[in-house]
Amino acid sequence: MTPGRAGLVAVALLGLWFVPAHAETIHVTIENLEFTPTEVTAKVGDVVVWDNKDFLAHTATATNNDWNVVISPKQAGKVELKKAGTFDYFCRFHPNMKARLVVTQ
Amino acid sequence: MFAKAITALAALCLLSGGALAQGGAKPTDPQIAHIAYTADQLDIEAAKQALEKSKNKDVRAFAEDMVRDHTAVNKQALDLVKKLKVTPENNDTSKALTKQAADKRAELAKLSGAAFDKAYITNEVAYHKTVNSALENTLIPSASNGELKNLLQTGLKIFQGHEQHAEHVASELK
Repeated sequence: MTPGRAGLVAVALLGLWFVPAHAETIHVTIENLEFTPTEVTAKVGDVVVWDNKDFLAHTATATNNDWNVVISPKQAGKVELKKAGTFDYFCRFHPNMKARLVVTQ
Repeated sequence: MFAKAITALAALCLLSGGALAQGGAKPTDPQIAHIAYTADQLDIEAAKQALEKSKNKDVRAFAEDMVRDHTAVNKQALDLVKKLKVTPENNDTSKALTKQAADKRAELAKLSGAAFDKAYITNEVAYHKTVNSALENTLIPSASNGELKNLLQTGLKIFQGHEQHAEHVASELK
């Protein structure tokens, strides 16, 4: 390895070092009026994306009202997780659609 | 309550027997498409009446959901019949449903406030029950085209949700 190359690697590693808890994107699919998976685990700072494959509009609404995302037909909606906790959520338009999000620190 | 049960029962018999009564034949795909579209359209009209008359937050939210979902389902249905080159065919079941809905609208037009809200939601529960059993017992088993059958199955799932939603709103009104 040339010194220049080693330097680059060092910089790259340094870069990684400074982004310790790299935020992840977690996908939940909405299809045929169901959230899949029905329970996901994430960390504070992660982003949850709901991909709506239905021709209907849906929402992902926390039962404690912390967040409420309206997801148009064939579109995606997302929320950045700011708080730890267990969040039960549902679709306001179809209240029998229910799922859970577990957020850890 | 009794009158309601009778109405629901009558519609059910109509749907399960009406179109079938003629020679015992199953409804054809063009007839099924017409019945499904009509049933959707009638629920949109009922919801529009509720949006004009009701001031109750939950009732209005429910009615908005009905307009949104039934419009989306009907758009899918129209796209599908176009793709399949099927012309929906009017039939006795569609006609009976339309007449029954017109009578119900006239009855509800005379009510206001809490009485309207209760009557509207009660009818929505009964209506979705009727349509769902017609879908389950007659329309889905009779549909011969696979895509039409799929759409009806999706419709059933959506409308079962509506039925539960309506029941929930009804219980909150009491």
